[in-house]
Amino acid sequence: MRPAPPLPAWADIGLLPIINIVAALGVSGIIIALIGENPFRALAVMMEGAFVYKGALGYTLYYTTNFIFTGLAVAVAFHAAMFNIGGEGQACIGGLGAGVAVLMADQFLPGVLLIPFAVIFSALFGAAWAFIPGYLQATRGSHIVITTIMFNFIAASVMVSLLAGPLMRQGQGAPETRPFSEAAQMPYIHDLLAAIGVEATRSPLNASLLIALCAAALVWFIIWRTRFGYAVRAMGASPGAAEYAGMNTVRITVLALLLSGGLAGLMASNAVLGEPHKLVLNFTGGYGFTGIAVALMGRNHPVGIVLAALLFGALTQGGTELDFEFQTITRETVQVVQGLIILFSGALAYLFAPMLARAIAPFTGRRPAR
Amino acid sequence: MEPAPAFALETRGIDKSFGAVHANRAIDLKVAKGSIHGIIGENGAGKSTLMNILYGMYAADRGEILINGREVNMTSSAVAIRHGIGMVHQHFMLVSPFTVLENVMLGAEQGFLLKASVIATRALIRRMGEEYGLIVDPDARVGDLPVGLQQRVEIIKALRGGARILILDEPTGVLTPQETEGFFAILRALRDEGVTILLITHKLQEVMALTDQVSVMRRGEMVAERATAETTREELAELMVGRKVLLDVARLDAEPGAPVLRVKGLRFTDADGVERVKGLDFEIRAGELLSVAGISGNGQSELLDVLAGISPPAAGSIEIGGAVIDAAHPRNAAGMRALGVSHVPEDRHHRGLVLPFDARENSILGFQDGPAAGAGFMLDRAHIAARAARHVAEFDVRPPIATLRAAQYSGGNQQKLVLAREIDAAPKLLLIGQPTRGVDIGAIEFIYKRLMALKAAGCAILLVSVELEEVLSLSDRILVMCNGEQKGVVRVENANERILGLMMAGVTGDTELAGAS
Repeated sequence: MRPAPPLPAWADIGLLPIINIVAALGVSGIIIALIGENPFRALAVMMEGAFVYKGALGYTLYYTTNFIFTGLAVAVAFHAAMFNIGGEGQACIGGLGAGVAVLMADQFLPGVLLIPFAVIFSALFGAAWAFIPGYLQATRGSHIVITTIMFNFIAASVMVSLLAGPLMRQGQGAPETRPFSEAAQMPYIHDLLAAIGVEATRSPLNASLLIALCAAALVWFIIWRTRFGYAVRAMGASPGAAEYAGMNTVRITVLALLLSGGLAGLMASNAVLGEPHKLVLNFTGGYGFTGIAVALMGRNHPVGIVLAALLFGALTQGGTELDFEFQTITRETVQVVQGLIILFSGALAYLFAPMLARAIAPFTGRRPAR
Repeated sequence: MEPAPAFALETRGIDKSFGAVHANRAIDLKVAKGSIHGIIGENGAGKSTLMNILYGMYAADRGEILINGREVNMTSSAVAIRHGIGMVHQHFMLVSPFTVLENVMLGAEQGFLLKASVIATRALIRRMGEEYGLIVDPDARVGDLPVGLQQRVEIIKALRGGARILILDEPTGVLTPQETEGFFAILRALRDEGVTILLITHKLQEVMALTDQVSVMRRGEMVAERATAETTREELAELMVGRKVLLDVARLDAEPGAPVLRVKGLRFTDADGVERVKGLDFEIRAGELLSVAGISGNGQSELLDVLAGISPPAAGSIEIGGAVIDAAHPRNAAGMRALGVSHVPEDRHHRGLVLPFDARENSILGFQDGPAAGAGFMLDRAHIAARAARHVAEFDVRPPIATLRAAQYSGGNQQKLVLAREIDAAPKLLLIGQPTRGVDIGAIEFIYKRLMALKAAGCAILLVSVELEEVLSLSDRILVMCNGEQKGVVRVENANERILGLMMAGVTGDTELAGAS
């Protein structure tokens, strides 16, 4: 029952996530050992699968891109003390925005105009999908967690009805749109590298990664360097102080949610414009939800989110290899490992914090000012 | 029969550190049986840590605790209770929707059915009333009781298990002067029955009025112990801060200028539909300090909120510098600031500061949209840092570093940060609530001087305070509120604690007083 000493920031940001991952891998290792495989070999296969094999890094970074977008989306809302569970739905509708933009214009607009047009549409649609929960939260007090969860279901249903209806490819039975024209395809990184004379393995990795990194930088700038970001953080940390300071909390809440939804929507620039080049059902694949773990692990800071996204990207890609390499390790086992990492770095993020704080207290000599 | 040990409670060399913070250093304390023993010290002196150790909430790193001469291994508050220690915390731990009886019974229910416990508890409450004057209706809902009675419930709870040592943490912070008197009578009755009382407080007049013995803590150490009869307030104050302090500020006589604030028939109704402010009429002139006195919870806080633009008025009007604010023309906090109204809120933790922000970011709270934060949509970080550094230097904030988070400063230094920010705006009207709540003596003196300087510079000040001493030493005029109503306005020359106390309790208004004198 004794309170632990405060944990220094460097340990919170640097050490704790590593301990969490090690703990998750430890538990995963036990499970894999119980299945009858060598956990160390499994880890090696996973690392190789994520970084070493030809093209593996490209795939890892492709997944990373999705996680950066959804992680940023969750983090922005977090700074305003809102838990945006709706990344999945916002990404879904963002994909709809990108798809609609492309289907409208890919017959006459050149790529240089079409791709930015579609990217902007994905952000706008994602933002619009977050607007309603944001507005209801700000003006009616409808809890954002509840409304965004419900909006995920609505988004999924909207997609089904559109892809099985007006947007379905003529004369086909699959719930997907027609393939986009070449002008609407986000340039591949291997093509971009080839243009400057660098040979790279083909992979789905595309220019969206650059958009994601720019988005991360932009989020950092907005949150920590602008008046708006100041207001968002102040309101998030202390609603009473925001009211005292005369901030327009309705406006800040709605704008923060718009930004959050827009970032989630941008995931479509990777997962629609980047790879399948058509709008398919369930292209969001749970990235919106995993974005919550990414944001938690990245401590809601863009740099942390990029690193956490890289970890989750590696897990996704390496997990596929694991499934491929071992007879006994199935896709579901891989999901268990991913789930454990999410559990330890998300829900149980501070499980080891008191222990760590006690362990390092004798060495730090940090004292909080009285 | 061996002689009973003279000390109900004794500590030997209690030591406690939190990380690198040495909260208690080798504390030796002897509390005589059947005495009222005061423990005083500034914020952060280690009083609460020591009490939490005595009550088993923290374990000491070193040292011994002896109860009635026997060493006790105080591992939890259950052990403390078993050894006859009861504690009343500063913030009550009562279940508001429960009745008094249910609250007293809570945690001591016997058996599956409640009936036997109810009968026993009812008898206990009656006995407490008869023996100690702890009279309270067992069937009243705790949430409906005034704080003075809620405190009685807490004391009954603490005594329930037969406690012979009672620890009271800042017990009078919420009481009116009249309630405090009644409370003291109860404590004396308890003492006369042989209960040992440990009273933690920072109010020197209470220590002088009530205690037999007083121990002074400073920076984690026990620096002195005195028999109350042999010491003075001045000596205790000096011992607490380690230097001489001025307890009486030189109040400047007002040279009132033009009226800055005019309030007419002001009313406010809260979200639950309860009218909290019921028709106030007053004005404040430039260079004048008007205090609003009242028992906490009688509409003063709501008045501050309305004047600061946080809540809209329901009726009546507020006139500041030609602008009129009423129900049809409300202004938010930013709008009030634009009129030259600065506001040091009552609750600096939830309003005045964003605790996770550093002093630099806090220095623009409320001014985030103006030039204080820079030009354009970006924050001018260099400008903000310079501003915060100036505040820290001019207001003697300690430690003198603006990069610490607000939560890392002590209460007094947090208050200085808020005050610095609000005064920096060169306000026409300063609203200030409970300026010295949770602030140590050194900082209190500093804050008072700053307020007087601001007044001399022609600022109109509205002070809301529950500390009558503060009200009486700073104000030109005093407005007393009771139950949301204006009980009257008295000039400070005509006021004293008794008059104000009666007005605060709603017994008299100023007209009756004028007639009586």
